[in-house]
Amino acid sequence: MKTIIHMIAALTILGILAGGLLAYVNGWSSPLIAENERKETERAIFLVIPEGKSYERIQNAGFEVYKVFDESKSLSGYSLVYDGNGFQGKIKIMAGLNNNLEKITSIEILSQVETPGLGTKITEEPFKGQFNHLITSPSIIWVKGTPASKENEIQTITGATITSKAVVDILNGGIARLRELKAREAL
Amino acid sequence: MKKQVTLAREFLKGIWEINPVFKQVLGLCPALAVTVSVVNGLAMGVAATFVLVCSSFLISSLRKWIPSQVRIAFFIVVIATFVTIADLVMKAKLPELSKALGPFIPLIVVNCVILGRQEAFSSRNKPLRSVLDALGIGAGFTLALIALGGVREVIGSRTFFGFPVLPDQFEPWLIMILPAGAFLTFGLMMGFANMYTDKKARIAKDRQLGKLILKQERQLIKEAEV
Repeated sequence: MKTIIHMIAALTILGILAGGLLAYVNGWSSPLIAENERKETERAIFLVIPEGKSYERIQNAGFEVYKVFDESKSLSGYSLVYDGNGFQGKIKIMAGLNNNLEKITSIEILSQVETPGLGTKITEEPFKGQFNHLITSPSIIWVKGTPASKENEIQTITGATITSKAVVDILNGGIARLRELKAREAL
Repeated sequence: MKKQVTLAREFLKGIWEINPVFKQVLGLCPALAVTVSVVNGLAMGVAATFVLVCSSFLISSLRKWIPSQVRIAFFIVVIATFVTIADLVMKAKLPELSKALGPFIPLIVVNCVILGRQEAFSSRNKPLRSVLDALGIGAGFTLALIALGGVREVIGSRTFFGFPVLPDQFEPWLIMILPAGAFLTFGLMMGFANMYTDKKARIAKDRQLGKLILKQERQLIKEAEV
């Protein structure tokens, strides 16, 4: 009986102390962590829409999308955050779109876990740059092996076709949902 | 009363003699996964050392009070608390590094190096010795990760600590930053470490044998003289 009480007491006291300590550390760190995340999102929003000066999150969209305004407070485009499956895990992309969603300004890969040296090339300029001023209607298409010839076409990375296709699919999916919102005038 | 080693030995043994990675072969999951660069290895090592030292001190101070029936549960809660603190602090202050290490920081909770030290050492030794032991093991773990990370980063991405060290003409070996490269580097390093230990042991043995032969010869000469 004595051991049982000792066991229970030891674990209970430890649990209370550990919980209290963690609550304290969490209280200190959570505003800092939130601030870090906000800064990162902000940096990405203005990176994909360079003329952007302020932004506003669109509520009730079901996914992350921001209205971006330029210096004179007029709408200069949308920043869309959308993710999907890549080759090895989730790829999260931030895309800048112009007012009528017809053109991508540029894209930024927020997170990915693709094969180093092959799939990770999607974060590099030769691939990413292909999306600058790319036409999005009716949808983005990809070609393999030959350079892109159409205005809504990009060339996949050799050795990382699945990853390249995933980027295109994620963008098409996100833009399609954005168009729906636009059609319902929810933007 | 068992023989006590000196305090300095208590610290130094973790670096080579019972190095957690190369000699005890513990904690390999983070050791192989995060060592794509030196910075990652260093950060992982420092985080694990922090957790190890804090837990060792606490557990060794409370060793007489912890009921032995629930000691493992007790150790895990203590370790998990320190790991969560380390994780939160890194997320708040070093977001980039925390992102690079991903889930491996929270996974220090189940790192067998740390639980192993509590069970094998801290729960039966005084706080001072336990802290020295933890520091030694932590340093050994960190050095092993830096060594692995160094080799993989130099060959796999031409840099060391982020600074380019090899000329652009050198085509980086992608395999070194993939999981396979971790196994290759680790296997070779452990092989060399064992080769060195074996050689030392053999030299010691040869010396002993030499003395024995010498003794026998002297005996023979003496007998012959008689």
